[in-house]
Amino acid sequence: MGRAIRVLVAKAGLDGHDRGAKVVARALRDAGMEVIYTGIRQTPEMIAEAAVQEDVDAVGLSLLSGAHMHIFPEVQRLLNDKGGDDILLTGGGTISDEDMAELRASGVGQLFGPGASTRDIVEYIQTEIGGRRAGEPS
Amino acid sequence: MLETDLDRTLEAFFTGQRRAAARLISVVENGGPRAEDVLHQLYPRLTGAPRLGITGPPGVGKSTLVDALVRYHRKHDRRVGVVAVDPTSPFTGGAVLGDRVRMGDLTTDPGVFIRSMATRGSLGGLARATKEVVDVLEAFGQQMLIVETVGVGQTEMDVAQATDSVVVVLSPESGDAIQAMKAGLMEVADILVVNKADRPGAGQMVRTLEADLAMRPHSEWSVPVLVTVASKGEGIAELCAAVDEHRVHLEQSGDLADRRRRRAQTEITAVLRDRLWQRAHARLADEIPAWAERVAAGQETPYTAARSLMAAFLEDSE
Ligand SMILES: Nc1nc2c(ncn2[C@@H]2O[C@H](COP(=O)(O)OP(=O)(O)OP(=O)(O)O)[C@@H](O)[C@H]2O)c(=O)[nH]1
Ligand SMILES: [Mg+2]
Repeated sequence: MGRAIRVLVAKAGLDGHDRGAKVVARALRDAGMEVIYTGIRQTPEMIAEAAVQEDVDAVGLSLLSGAHMHIFPEVQRLLNDKGGDDILLTGGGTISDEDMAELRASGVGQLFGPGASTRDIVEYIQTEIGGRRAGEPS
Repeated sequence: MLETDLDRTLEAFFTGQRRAAARLISVVENGGPRAEDVLHQLYPRLTGAPRLGITGPPGVGKSTLVDALVRYHRKHDRRVGVVAVDPTSPFTGGAVLGDRVRMGDLTTDPGVFIRSMATRGSLGGLARATKEVVDVLEAFGQQMLIVETVGVGQTEMDVAQATDSVVVVLSPESGDAIQAMKAGLMEVADILVVNKADRPGAGQMVRTLEADLAMRPHSEWSVPVLVTVASKGEGIAELCAAVDEHRVHLEQSGDLADRRRRRAQTEITAVLRDRLWQRAHARLADEIPAWAERVAAGQETPYTAARSLMAAFLEDSE
């Protein structure tokens, strides 16, 4: 068994509840991951900086507010700036298929709609990080 | 990480890059020869900066207090490193590390570095490599190091091992004092704090704790009992003054040197034990099943088996 996958889970935007993010955090923990949970109202700067300090493999961003076309690219840009370009950025919210496609094309990982099961999210992160780690020397 | 990558990361670390510090913390946390190599290279950079442990039952306001303490030190222009430890689930091996929630605004302060750690199956409440992770932050130039950990069960030895001064935090809520006494937390406390002093029962709790302390054998350091409202920053300056006083006491009494000597001894022992076991295991692992067979068949006892294995190992090392 290798070291645990580390994931930062954050809720961006101004809306105040984080039920969804907490459910995902618990599902990731139950799958054996170390989840750094940072809570609500996180700015892109806070998210990217925390991800770097925590040396996570992935960032899972939850947002409802419709600001995804601003927030995802901004977090990605800040991650790149801070030398965290190898960190997988994923997440979910109410995002249209076109927006998802556009974000994916810009380098963001897979995004999940409100109907996605936590199992899909867990599997995606496991497969993605597993694949990346297989390529590196232990 | 390749060796060349590691060298490059060390170089970046020495120029103050946070990404590099974060990477080295992971290397150290994951253990093994690479961790040893990193710690060896960082050792000359250790400054002897104060190390403060914050422990206590779940939910008493430790993270909120750490947040307030960090702000206080930032006002005095000290760079601060925080290591926040939460338990790993024994069932899944996973963990939710939630202490950053209370320290949100500190994240973007370039003078602060916060790292969350899971206990990863170690017995006490502290992750095995906590002290080493603090070493990395100290070598990075953080001038005040704070370790937060939930105080349940065996944390006391661990937190004392990793820090110079231990603050045990309680709140006036049901049974915190009793829980702390049971868990042996009172034994490691250099300073006691009753947080959430805005809630009823704080005064009563202070009196209970003081009565308990009065019954203890006399020692050179008398443990103060302080009250705070961490969420409003009340009592923080007093707490910092008490921590400073404790540090002066440690320095003047020679206890600081003692603590650090003991810490070095534990470290040398741990590294030696690791190395010896790895060598012994590499040499003997293949032979153990056959000996187990003989023990199961009643031809040997585990003790005669171990003695023979040991003899074989020692003969090889000569
Ligand atoms: N009334 C009051 N509430 C406080 C005070 N300090 C912290 N809290 C609240 O207590 C709750 C727990 O605070 P935390 O700082 O997360 O406590 P903790 O001890 O770090 O918790 P764990 O790490 O989960 O063990 C939060 O809702 C805080 O806002 C205080 O001085 N007064
Ligand atoms: Mg906490």
